[in-house]
Amino acid sequence: MKEEIIIAGFGGQGVLSMGKILAYSAVMQGKEVTWMPSYGPEMRGGTANVTVIISDERISSPIVHEYDTVIVLNQQSLDKFEHSVKKGGVLIYDPNGISHKPTRKDIRVYSIEATSESAKKGNTRVFNMVVLGGYLKVKPIVSLDSVDKGLRKSLPERLHHTIPANREAIRQGMELVKEEHV
Amino acid sequence: MEEVRLMKGNEVIAEAAIRCGCDGFFGYPITPQTEIIETLMELKPWETTGMVVLQAESELASINMVYGGAAAGKRVMTSSSSPGISLMCEGLSYLAGAELPCVIVNVSRGGPGLGTIQPAQSDYFQIVKGGGHGDYNMIVLAPFSVQEMNDFVELAFDLAFKYLNPVIILADGIIGQMMEKVTLKPIRPRLTDKEIEERYGSWAVTGKKNRKRNIVTSLQLEPHIQEEHNHKLQAKYREIEKNEVRYEAIGCEDADYIIVAYGSSARIGEKAMELAREEGLKVGLFRLITLFPFPHKELAELKKKVKGFLAVELSCGQMVEDVKLAVGSDIPVHHYGRMGGMIHSPNEVLDALKKTIVEK
Amino acid sequence: MAENIGQAEEKLVYQKPRLITDNTMHYCPGCSHGVVHKLIAEVIEEMGLEELAVGVSPVGCSVLAYDYIDIDWVEAAHGRAPAIATALKRLSPQKLVFTYQGDGDLAAIGTGETIHACNRGENIAIIFINNAIYGMTGGQMAPTTLVGMKTSTTPEGRIPALHGFPVKIADMLAHLNGVCYITRQSVHKPAAVRQAKKAIRKAFENSMNNKGTSFVEIVATCNSGWKLSPVAANQWMEEHMHEAYPLGDIKNE
Repeated sequence: MKEEIIIAGFGGQGVLSMGKILAYSAVMQGKEVTWMPSYGPEMRGGTANVTVIISDERISSPIVHEYDTVIVLNQQSLDKFEHSVKKGGVLIYDPNGISHKPTRKDIRVYSIEATSESAKKGNTRVFNMVVLGGYLKVKPIVSLDSVDKGLRKSLPERLHHTIPANREAIRQGMELVKEEHV
Repeated sequence: MEEVRLMKGNEVIAEAAIRCGCDGFFGYPITPQTEIIETLMELKPWETTGMVVLQAESELASINMVYGGAAAGKRVMTSSSSPGISLMCEGLSYLAGAELPCVIVNVSRGGPGLGTIQPAQSDYFQIVKGGGHGDYNMIVLAPFSVQEMNDFVELAFDLAFKYLNPVIILADGIIGQMMEKVTLKPIRPRLTDKEIEERYGSWAVTGKKNRKRNIVTSLQLEPHIQEEHNHKLQAKYREIEKNEVRYEAIGCEDADYIIVAYGSSARIGEKAMELAREEGLKVGLFRLITLFPFPHKELAELKKKVKGFLAVELSCGQMVEDVKLAVGSDIPVHHYGRMGGMIHSPNEVLDALKKTIVEK
Repeated sequence: MAENIGQAEEKLVYQKPRLITDNTMHYCPGCSHGVVHKLIAEVIEEMGLEELAVGVSPVGCSVLAYDYIDIDWVEAAHGRAPAIATALKRLSPQKLVFTYQGDGDLAAIGTGETIHACNRGENIAIIFINNAIYGMTGGQMAPTTLVGMKTSTTPEGRIPALHGFPVKIADMLAHLNGVCYITRQSVHKPAAVRQAKKAIRKAFENSMNNKGTSFVEIVATCNSGWKLSPVAANQWMEEHMHEAYPLGDIKNE
């Protein structure tokens, strides 16, 4: 098993921490992982992205140019990374603020209304966990049990009281994600 | 206790320093390595192992604090990134001249000048061939994973004290910023002052007690004595070349073509090798772990069995010169690399290999 | 057999401090360095700190200070002594750590290290020899060179419009909270030598008691660089240097 993912969006959307929680969950399940962020001033308000690779084997390059799954959370990232999905791969996007939708027909496209739904519930802080839930519904590569352990490991102890809310957001995301037919 | 965690390369440097009994870290913030000192400040090792952590006013001050700490026989280190390392080069020359053991981490970025904060491997000449003035060498370790970022801190200290020489860990922005699974070692206690006196009392400034005074200096005004000192240093470097060459050869046994790389380019090169093998091309990866000492003999040996070498580095081609020196001019040796913070993909590396060597 | 000519038994009235080595000093006759070295050796001996003392020597005439005082020494790169002393003292707080620096080393190339060590209040003593000239390289302008003073790089004399003004670094450092003691002394007369010794002792006591940074400036002569006889250099110093750099405590907390 090998899954190469990129998650991209605005700085502040929790892109990097979503990738970290996914990666830590995979570690708890005994997988090899790499987590490679974009870094620098672009993190402050600009675009941010993170590549996560999860594998049963030793991982060679942390840098790849095609992905099994691309998760995009704004228009810029969709424009930039839609062409990087492997043929037959998965694209997940949040329609919030998207004016030009995905057009590729050789991949599976999913949408998840994570921004609007988490705003409705007044819980925008776990927005990224809603997206993670959607991803895990499409690609259940780690168990929810491992995600629990991953959350415990990647969140500092002072935030452990938020774990139930995170879990709930993941569950919500699993319900929200829906396949689109381009 | 051993412990498995998901950590950034930079963060693990801090953890490894504390766990291997480091006495002091002196540093100055610069992207992409600032998490090292931030992590240390967060972990507050002065409350546990007694390790000193200090944010200096500049890289000049950091490296000279390292000089002071090392002179006292303590296990001290600093970290920086390319422009900061340029500022430290004066100190590196003094440390090598005074034969002081210490560890320097360079999480390098693109240049020249202020350049970019994105990853690069364009400091090979500076780190391996000099940087500072005078005939000197530092032992250079090139980690290619977060696990090696962890393991090389202790290894670097051990080599530094074995040879009384600065050791530099040459990483880059990819290895520093990347997170991977890492197994941390149990804590090794710091040496006591008494142990330091016993082990290093012949040279360290531990206080003139029951012995003649020690003077740590790189100055010798008499040229014939300075030449003698240089001979001694050179003999030490030859000894290091004899004992400490480290590399990893992957898929080289049956290979027709060899990718030579270190650090993040070795990771990318390994993937290029996998892609090549999927296409039926017999490609191997020769990964340098030590840049000084350089595996001249091993590469020369490999030359007998292959049709060509591709040196892959995030630079215009620096390490490739040493590959050429090692294998000679009667076999194709080419270079491929992106610059200025751009990162080559495994496919680009494979294309370059085909274009420059396979299809020629 | 030699004839006893009835000389009275010898009475020792002076000897060099035990911690001054037998090495031949390279300093010029009339230079202040030798006197200050002697005072440091005496104070370390009197305080019983021989086994705990580590000196940091600079680049400049006193680069070889380690040849003359019999304790452990580290020789620093130009200007970096306070950074080296910082680490030495932080890693071994029980030690006496002091730097010995000239004006070029401390107030030009090493200004940053000086200010920040003082600002952090490192528990070190800084002995600052101010002779207003670069002695070792042969008499060039120093940051502390007086206005109008001729040096090999100010052959017409120091002109502020061209070369800036003399730096009063001791006064500058007095504003920093990390500094507990700043004094300006000289060693041109026996009384002054006694005062300077007291100042060095106080600075060393502060270091041992971890009270913060102590800074002892010694306004000094460089008769070779000034191109004067030793006696004339002392007179010139009193008339000109002490006017620009008045003696006495600047800060004592």
